[in-house]
Amino acid sequence: MKNGYLFAAYAATWIIHIGYISTIVSRYARLKREIEELKKS
Amino acid sequence: MKKAFPILGVLTAVLLSYALYQALVVAPTEQTMGDVQRIFYYHVPSAWTAFLLFFINFGASIYYLAKRKTAADIVALVSAEVGVVFCTVVLITGPIWARPVWGIWWTWDMRLTSTLVLWLIYVSYLFLRRFSSGGQTPLLAASLAVIGALCVPFVYFSIWFFRTQHPQPVMGGGGSIDPRMLHVLLINWLAFSCFAFLVCWSRYRLEKLQREIDEAHALHSLLAPRGSSR
Repeated sequence: MKNGYLFAAYAATWIIHIGYISTIVSRYARLKREIEELKKS
Repeated sequence: MKKAFPILGVLTAVLLSYALYQALVVAPTEQTMGDVQRIFYYHVPSAWTAFLLFFINFGASIYYLAKRKTAADIVALVSAEVGVVFCTVVLITGPIWARPVWGIWWTWDMRLTSTLVLWLIYVSYLFLRRFSSGGQTPLLAASLAVIGALCVPFVYFSIWFFRTQHPQPVMGGGGSIDPRMLHVLLINWLAFSCFAFLVCWSRYRLEKLQREIDEAHALHSLLAPRGSSR
């Protein structure tokens, strides 16, 4: 059971980091779209 | 620079995998806590990395207040944001460790409470940056960052000043640690520091791009004929 806590802590760490990185990636994709729109206009 | 990023990314991924292997397999099992003590190899490096990032935020904010350089403002914003992510990891992994060891998830002990207050200060800093649109926002944020940074040594040394349940600090405290555990801890810190550096680098590029686009939008709306929208 105690190993469950260990797994939970390590999993939580990577969920937080991957979640944050995915927000950076989505913001970057949105900016790229904005650049394309600016180039067109 | 474009080639350096993927190379550093691969090296960091290898280092993080090696650090994980060291934490789960190589590090000796602690006698009283057992395997749950291995949470320490993620909890403590995350705390040190958060403190380091808040220190960088402090330095960049002071520099911004003195010189008004946009790059310093971006460094301050990025280091605070990534620092909050690492501080969140600390606040999540700490209670997961405390439940099997102390029998409780949380206690209003000085170290835990001051860490939560520190997190709230930097979250308020990010809210200020996100929702305030005035020209004075970077100045106000830099001032708040200076106050926030003053809390970092208080959080670290709170164990000395107050009676607390939290274990003694590994560095500069009265706690002792097996040299093999210290070795694994330092490898994990190195791995998480490299990871934080890469995330900050990506976020810096993103913020710079965002500001360039905002300027382009502003210029575009100035040059556009009246009545036309963006």
